[in-house]
Amino acid sequence: MRDMHEAEVVSPCEKVRLTYQDGTERDVLFNDQEVPFPDGKLIVSRTDLKGVITHCNQSFIDMSGYGEEELIGEPHHILRHPDMPSAAFGDLWQTVESGRKWHGYVKNLRKDGRYYWVYATVIPNIRDGKVVGYTSVRRKPSRSRVDECVNLYAEMKQAKG
Amino acid sequence: MRYNMTVSPDFPPDHIAGWYIFNTWLQRQLNESIHLELYNDFQQQRTAIEDDQIDLIYANPFDAAILVREKGFTALAAPAGRADEAVIAVSVDSAVKAIEDLPVHCSVASTDDPDINLIGMIMLEPADISPDSVQVHQVDTYILVAKQLMQQKVDVGFFLAEAFDNLSAIVKSQLRELIRSQICDIRHVLLAGPRLQVQQQEIQQILAEMGSDPKGRDVLANIRFDSWEILQQEDTEFMIDLMDTLVS
Repeated sequence: MRDMHEAEVVSPCEKVRLTYQDGTERDVLFNDQEVPFPDGKLIVSRTDLKGVITHCNQSFIDMSGYGEEELIGEPHHILRHPDMPSAAFGDLWQTVESGRKWHGYVKNLRKDGRYYWVYATVIPNIRDGKVVGYTSVRRKPSRSRVDECVNLYAEMKQAKG
Repeated sequence: MRYNMTVSPDFPPDHIAGWYIFNTWLQRQLNESIHLELYNDFQQQRTAIEDDQIDLIYANPFDAAILVREKGFTALAAPAGRADEAVIAVSVDSAVKAIEDLPVHCSVASTDDPDINLIGMIMLEPADISPDSVQVHQVDTYILVAKQLMQQKVDVGFFLAEAFDNLSAIVKSQLRELIRSQICDIRHVLLAGPRLQVQQQEIQQILAEMGSDPKGRDVLANIRFDSWEILQQEDTEFMIDLMDTLVS
């Protein structure tokens, strides 16, 4: 997964180097502009067992700002925003790897450095009794719950130091 | 052996004759006896499913989960280019201009159509509205949902988008569309039960050729389909996974 570049991002922006769960690193650029979740739509994607994107719908492409060819084969954390505490994703993986459904409010990072909030649900895809991948569906979140999460996630990141 | 077919009870009433024509046509093509039983509501149909009385079903996506995961049904086909989308509408005079304007304890008119009710509730979530906070007025038909709105007995009404679009101009002039889903991946599917597994490939072949056969097209026209899209089992498994993410 390549670093984000200023030429592709809406200015002004900040830059941080993120380290992901798999140990890889990437420069990400982000600004304070929110893109509202489109009414009536669902963002749908599927990944393999390692979290690599194998399918995404048009809403995913539209909201992420990436082309489909840039998404398929990339890890789902291509959307990870630096404001998201890593503990939230740790909880997600622990939950779905144990075969259960995970729900949560997530701030996602677009290719252009802007962000969008979602209410995400992730479930394991079980075929013939085996988990073969994961399906994630994101829908428009409640603004009041998003406001709660803005504060909660900031506290979680601060507590981690 | 005689098989039993049924159709999700949410089909438009003017398609009843069309489904009988489809059933007759399919029996001739397959050279098998298939009895068509139409149920008045989802509860009656669900009971028949639970009692293993169904072999072939044009199923609501909500029921597809039970049929595939618990009853061993397999996906045959879906009408090409069609998806189940929902509309939330208000009275034309309503002060509500967006979902976020609705009160948490709003009132909703709806039918017993499970996938439309599910999609409708999801579209209310951004206003902090949940199934626990709404007052639901369940009625038998989408015309009655419209009537509840026109009489201002409820804040919003849930419609199958196709049903909303087919309301008369007079009725529609008294309503206002607030929001329409654009999910695309949720749709009705034709499923075969375990006793029909041997004929699955043959049925799929028959369905695949319907859209290009003049007589087949005439039969499909009676249920307002252009053609069938043949499904792989994984297509339906994917839709069921998607539905599963939407259920609390």
